[in-house]
Amino acid sequence: MSKQKINSKPSAASPLLAKSPTGITGLDQITGGGIPQGRPTLICGDAGSGKTLMSVEFIVRGALQYGEPGVIMAFEERADELATNVASLGFDLEKLQAEKKIRVDHVHIERSEIEETGEYDLDGLFIRLGHAIDSIGAKRVVLDTIENLFSGLSNQNILRSELRRLFHWLKDKGVTAIITGERGEGKLTRQGLEEYVSDCVILLDHRVVNQISTRRLRIIKYRGTLHGTNEYPFLIDEEGISVLPVTSLKLEKPVGSKRIPSGIKAMDEMMGGQGFYRGASVLVSGTAGTGKTSIAAYFANETCKNGERCLYFAFEESPQQIIRNMRSIDLHLEKHVKSGLLKFQSARPTLYGLEMHLVAIHKEIKKFKPSVIVLDPITNLITVGSMGEVKNMLIRLIDFLQEEQITVMFTALALNTNVTEQTDEGVSSLVDTWLLVRDIEFNGERNRGMYIMKSRGMKHSNQVREFVISDTGLDLVEVYLGPDGVLTGSAREAQRIQEETGEAIRNYAVTRKDREIVRKRKVLESKIASLNSEFESVEDELNKVYEEEELRKEVMNKNREVVTRIRRGEKLDNTPKKTSKK
Amino acid sequence: MKLEEKKWELRLYVAGKTPKSVAAFTNLKKYCEEHLQGQYRIEVIDLLENPQLAEGDQILAIPTLVRKVPEPIRKIIGDLSNEEKVLVGLNIIPV
Repeated sequence: MSKQKINSKPSAASPLLAKSPTGITGLDQITGGGIPQGRPTLICGDAGSGKTLMSVEFIVRGALQYGEPGVIMAFEERADELATNVASLGFDLEKLQAEKKIRVDHVHIERSEIEETGEYDLDGLFIRLGHAIDSIGAKRVVLDTIENLFSGLSNQNILRSELRRLFHWLKDKGVTAIITGERGEGKLTRQGLEEYVSDCVILLDHRVVNQISTRRLRIIKYRGTLHGTNEYPFLIDEEGISVLPVTSLKLEKPVGSKRIPSGIKAMDEMMGGQGFYRGASVLVSGTAGTGKTSIAAYFANETCKNGERCLYFAFEESPQQIIRNMRSIDLHLEKHVKSGLLKFQSARPTLYGLEMHLVAIHKEIKKFKPSVIVLDPITNLITVGSMGEVKNMLIRLIDFLQEEQITVMFTALALNTNVTEQTDEGVSSLVDTWLLVRDIEFNGERNRGMYIMKSRGMKHSNQVREFVISDTGLDLVEVYLGPDGVLTGSAREAQRIQEETGEAIRNYAVTRKDREIVRKRKVLESKIASLNSEFESVEDELNKVYEEEELRKEVMNKNREVVTRIRRGEKLDNTPKKTSKK
Repeated sequence: MKLEEKKWELRLYVAGKTPKSVAAFTNLKKYCEEHLQGQYRIEVIDLLENPQLAEGDQILAIPTLVRKVPEPIRKIIGDLSNEEKVLVGLNIIPV
């Protein structure tokens, strides 16, 4: 809630209270812009909680990023020791000192060397500090750890009044100061410094839970401004301190409808042919050896092939191991690693606590700017936290990734074969797409089946596909759904062969029938031909009779004519012809 | 104690002419005259004029008396009102 306020109005607070940005990743976000400008801030914590580093980083970042020179007054470490200690964070104190950007003054107090007699004050300290500030025009001051004065000087009354005067004096000087203090029993600091510094108090904590330590930071008090009140984990590494602000729990993230292919064509087809939504979270869960990592590697490979960056967090295997193993399924990841598109980040989960993992992931993402990340597997994180904690962490991670529009693929090992009832690490409700790979044990062999448990906002297949891993890669094969139920593996092959045989026999039968038909037709056709010729001969016969009849009729007519003419006494000129004709 | 062999170099750091500084100087002068006649040298450094000198001798409190010679360096802070403490602190008389 507090975070929400910070997000909404970081600038509105500044006219009320000027803030000095620390430059420490995340801290400025929590404090809404930094620590109070021109006022002292107390950083307290146990030994080794990072007080000195945080204050030195404040000075160095001020000098480098904000052009504000700073003075470090070290009561514990010598200047050269301090320089060596922070060199591991990439801070070159000696160079900065030479450039007059910072000044380190070591205050050495040795009880055995000092005798006290009578009244005194700490003007010497004031003068030294004042001189240091004036000599480089410092705007920032760190006093680390001023409590050492109490071990060096015995007159508590003088010390307390002088400290009060010192903090007033610092305020008058207008410098932004950090005072560090060792944590005491029942109070924030051993000497009760919090009485004097009342504007801003930051508590650092170093806690070990289940043998895993996590550094945390909490702002106990920040007068005059809104601030995050939670405990925030922070990380110290070669780039300094990063604080992880718990990302907002508002659900107002931008959503796109762009898709990103999974690398397995058949899987994309199961999801409407286009793959996942960009910025979505995908969970691949399954029992051991079901090919979760292979799916993840395929996704990573596909992303790199499309020229996008992919960050692969491996919690189980080393990068080399993954690359080698993936080569066996014809997936060559090393070229993407070489081209810089793919980056492996391998760490045992027990390396640090969950929060630290989250911080580390955040940092890597900010640095590498991938469009896809893979976490393989999240189940291993259980070893460093309870189910609830893991879920909590993942919620925040998903939240952050969605804000950045990064697609994430988690793999999760389902210990229970009865997966449908189990919500994996409790994240199944958070993820957008849940792919389930499971064993199908049948007919004396084990096969992999895959289905989409859910996929928000897209049409997806409800079928169980057989998931085949071969030398040439991954593929999804439609399982055989027949009268005998679902068949996979060799049973499916057998069924397929059986079907092919049936097909061949059927084909053969069909061709035989065809031939018979042809033959029948031939027979019939020949019959028709003979009938035709028979008909013709009959017709001929009939025609002949008919013609004879006609001829006879004609002859008879002629004869009658002749007879008639003879009777009339006409000359018979044609008679011989006609008779001869006859 | 073979005082005659030793040369005493004392430095008194003050910040302006405050009553405490004046008292410290007066007291110191008195003790030295009593115990180290002719063998000592007192240098008074006003940090208001030379603030850069404070760092060298690790000065915190004002006034501070530093015994530079003989070694080892000893420091006494305060107005030096307790004579015995000063003399023991400076190793002028044994404890």
